[in-house]
Amino acid sequence: MSGHIPPEEILLGYAVGALDAAPALAVETHLALRPGTWARIEMLEAVGGAMLDGIEPAPLSSDALDRALAGIERPVAAENPPAPPPAVDAETAALVPAPLRSLVGPSIHALPWRRCGRGIEEAKLGMRGQGGNARLLRIQPGVRVPRHTHRGTELTLVLGGAYRDGGQHFAVGDMQYADAGDDHAPQADPGEPCLCLIVLEAPIRLTGPFGRFLNPIVRF
Amino acid sequence: MALAIAAEFHSKRWDAALTQSTDDARGFAPRRADGEGRLCDLVEAVAGGRDRAAFAELFGHFAPRLKAFVMRSGTNPAVAEELAQETMVAVWRKAATFDRRRAQASTWVFTIIRNKRIDLIRRETRARPDAEDLYETDHVKPDGEDSYLAGQQQQLLSDGIATLPAEQADMIRMAFYMDMRHSEIAEATKIPLGTVKSRIRLALGRLRDLVEEPEV
Repeated sequence: MSGHIPPEEILLGYAVGALDAAPALAVETHLALRPGTWARIEMLEAVGGAMLDGIEPAPLSSDALDRALAGIERPVAAENPPAPPPAVDAETAALVPAPLRSLVGPSIHALPWRRCGRGIEEAKLGMRGQGGNARLLRIQPGVRVPRHTHRGTELTLVLGGAYRDGGQHFAVGDMQYADAGDDHAPQADPGEPCLCLIVLEAPIRLTGPFGRFLNPIVRF
Repeated sequence: MALAIAAEFHSKRWDAALTQSTDDARGFAPRRADGEGRLCDLVEAVAGGRDRAAFAELFGHFAPRLKAFVMRSGTNPAVAEELAQETMVAVWRKAATFDRRRAQASTWVFTIIRNKRIDLIRRETRARPDAEDLYETDHVKPDGEDSYLAGQQQQLLSDGIATLPAEQADMIRMAFYMDMRHSEIAEATKIPLGTVKSRIRLALGRLRDLVEEPEV
């Protein structure tokens, strides 16, 4: 059983580059925990390749090839060497997959944890205005999150422990997708705390590659 | 400047979506069976020999398609051509990372232009490090296994797309060419969201059935 993978719409958005940064980060974190999902994305990328290949070509300007040939001669701008992965403490290394580490920083304990109910804490990870906001939620063993609904879509990715929601069980690497209007009250399994990455998508979202230039202005 | 482009983009986007959604038969031609192998050979010639003639042939194939691909999302022809140029220069520079056992040439080029578009957006929103780093398939995909889509399976996909029912093909075209989310497609076409979702699910399910081994 392959567990709970992101729904088709999210995988498709990731494969075509239509997902905003915050949900894309949730997908990448899921992929770090469940590399098997790559097969789904590769299939969608291959559909993209077939679509690209089958499109009716558009005429180019007459000097297009010359410009490209000049372009490949140009020296590549010196690239900054990739930043070394941040040093993290052992617990952070165990719980936080690589794609999330730059947002979490050196230690999961150093995040601005805020109590938001008995046995529930959250730490915001920022990314506002990038198609959603990302936060970590830590639920003590056996604790039930108060019933709630959402205005936008909510992606929940389990990083540690596990929870139950409406007869379904979510363990490390599983992603739960909830739409606006879905209401639920997940409950952490007994034994160990449940740590989740939560991405709430912005209720207002401008569309398309250039429309999204406007996103930082229309904050939520 | 970005705002002007965005405004123009928005007004054209829905028009483009609506006119193209009625354009069933045109706009997609299945590939020739021998074409993909040739494209893979060319990318390898660029990688191994820095072969400019091979690059020119790749340019002749991909650049007009890349331009058309970007224009489908409502982008004006000059910007679309610029992005096609940048993508082809990246094809030259990244050719050594191409591995035909893992992806066909068209798929590889598709991921490059996808990353270019993401970078363009994220440079503006300063969202996070370059998509190049995070989306770069070579960095994050697990190594060592051949892609199950290698070889002629992509031919099956291409043929499969060509034979999708028009109503499903429309949705797939909007999702891939125009980079539209399901809710945006529903808004543009005035088709209920649930119908959009089910058509896309059906279409992708058909395509997946063509290429996937049945699960044991």
